[in-house]
Amino acid sequence: MKHSLTIVWLLFLASVPLWLSNLYILHVLIMTGIFIIAAMSLNLLLGYTGQLSLGHVAFFGIGAYTSSLATLGFAVHLLPDWQVSVDPKPVWFGMLLGTAVAGLCGWAIGRLSFKVRGAYFVIVTISFAEVIRLVALNWVELTQGPMALNNIPYLTLGIPGWFEISFLRKPANYYLVLGVAILSYIVIRRLVRSRAGRAMIGLRENESLAASVGVGVTRYLVLATVVSAAMAGAAGTLYAHYIRIVDPDVFLFIYTVTMVIMVVTGGKGTLAGPVVGGVIFGLLPEALRAFEIGPEIQWVIYGILMVLVVYFLPEGIVPAMRNWWQGRRQAPVADTAPDSATTEAAR
Amino acid sequence: MSGHSTDVELVVDGLTIRFGGLTAVESMSFEVRTGEVLSLIGPNGAGKTSAFNAITGYIEPNGGTIAYRGIKLNRLKPNQIAERGVVRTFQKTSVFMGQSAVDNVLIGLHLISRQRPLAIMFGLPSVAREEKELAREALRILEFVGLKERSGLLASSLPYGELRLLEVAIALAAKPKLLLLDEPVSGMNPSETASFMKILGRIRALGVTVLLVEHDMKMVMGVSDRIVCLNQGRIIASGSPSEIQGNREVIRAYLGERYARAQD
Repeated sequence: MKHSLTIVWLLFLASVPLWLSNLYILHVLIMTGIFIIAAMSLNLLLGYTGQLSLGHVAFFGIGAYTSSLATLGFAVHLLPDWQVSVDPKPVWFGMLLGTAVAGLCGWAIGRLSFKVRGAYFVIVTISFAEVIRLVALNWVELTQGPMALNNIPYLTLGIPGWFEISFLRKPANYYLVLGVAILSYIVIRRLVRSRAGRAMIGLRENESLAASVGVGVTRYLVLATVVSAAMAGAAGTLYAHYIRIVDPDVFLFIYTVTMVIMVVTGGKGTLAGPVVGGVIFGLLPEALRAFEIGPEIQWVIYGILMVLVVYFLPEGIVPAMRNWWQGRRQAPVADTAPDSATTEAAR
Repeated sequence: MSGHSTDVELVVDGLTIRFGGLTAVESMSFEVRTGEVLSLIGPNGAGKTSAFNAITGYIEPNGGTIAYRGIKLNRLKPNQIAERGVVRTFQKTSVFMGQSAVDNVLIGLHLISRQRPLAIMFGLPSVAREEKELAREALRILEFVGLKERSGLLASSLPYGELRLLEVAIALAAKPKLLLLDEPVSGMNPSETASFMKILGRIRALGVTVLLVEHDMKMVMGVSDRIVCLNQGRIIASGSPSEIQGNREVIRAYLGERYARAQD
């Protein structure tokens, strides 16, 4: 039952470019998909280990910049008379590199900041994102600063001269983002339903108890940060080669906030939470545009809806739905034979 | 004493713990022999829990050494100490409240599990196989403490007595060789205490050495092979339960000078 529902849902998602003729809406879906990947990665940290990264966009931007620079090539003076130049690399390589570099930064941040946790981790991540933004803005020789990196090549896959798929047009990019999103979802699901995920949940719920049964605190927090950062970096590389222009604004704090909103409204610490929250709060600004109201009113409505969700469903949409569904299913059984039903279930 | 090193499990030598100006434990020395139940007793503030925290790596002692089977535990982190087979429970009820009973025990099985992060992310079949084994093992442990019927329930929905059993189940999941129980029956009613004593007997039968901190004297006298009595950070007496019961220093510590004199 649950499997068939998943397949129907996936078939529906895969069919979207076939019947959706409005390319603008497809673009909105692609961007939402990219942000959902980033939100899923944030959920691994915020939802499962309980550590809030308010600089998550840094990993996203590092992925975008690394991949762009690797595929464009660059020449930069590290010392006045020492120039390092890098030739353009294939896009698939750049994307893997961007993912890896973001993961490496996650490792460094995790190692540095998990000596202290909670509020300190929040501060370290915010500062990290801001420092990286300033570097991107001011290291003009490398990043072009506010002039932005442009003409970033799009992804092509295949064997040259034989067959090639190019990810220039929107439908192809839609499938690429969908594929990476599904892959990310699977990786996170495997992680959280394993020894590693249980260690993370244990640290979130009761750190000293988790340590007393042998969970290495730093080890698992760093693991979560690395996977999370790499995934956010992958989302950044998708962004870079789809939009094909990257400027320091990818590091804006508002993008981190958007990810946090998606995770918290959807339900942190649930697999489907960031997807549901991402679909709703990713598409909502565009949906509101359909009405003949001023832009300021649109954002007021966006804010009000968000406050309402957080106020009435503090656990998030997905846990609330789940409780409601379980309550509905159990109610009739409990009416007829409460005792036998519960003992049967326990056995 | 050190001549018996083969059957000595834990040696605490000259342990000193200070919190600022307060000396919680002062040059405390005792040893735990393999297979025994040793109880630490003493009035509130005697330093029992501080000693526990030092042995399991939660606080760093100001002096003295702690050695488990000849390996020094000082400066090791709690999880590294657990890896060596020394596992504790906590005085204040300590479980993973938001998880089901069986998931609590599954987290406790961390050290038994062998999955590596990459194997997990690639979804290797060995991981799925191990998950099934772990689930069976978790149910076995819940059955051992008598909570099998509760496996699917959230920890937060369990009554207090069962939470205390769940704590023990989590600790047992880490396959301890030396189990430190910090007031496991505090707050339990007499029948719950009696059934806990039976469980403790079964834990012993597994070959687990137990170091117990407890205020319930009926339990302490019933289960202990030896008792070490602390007062104000110092060991004032040690010996078998009957020796401790008749010890003048112990009576003085618990009941006061006048009561001790009245006994004479």
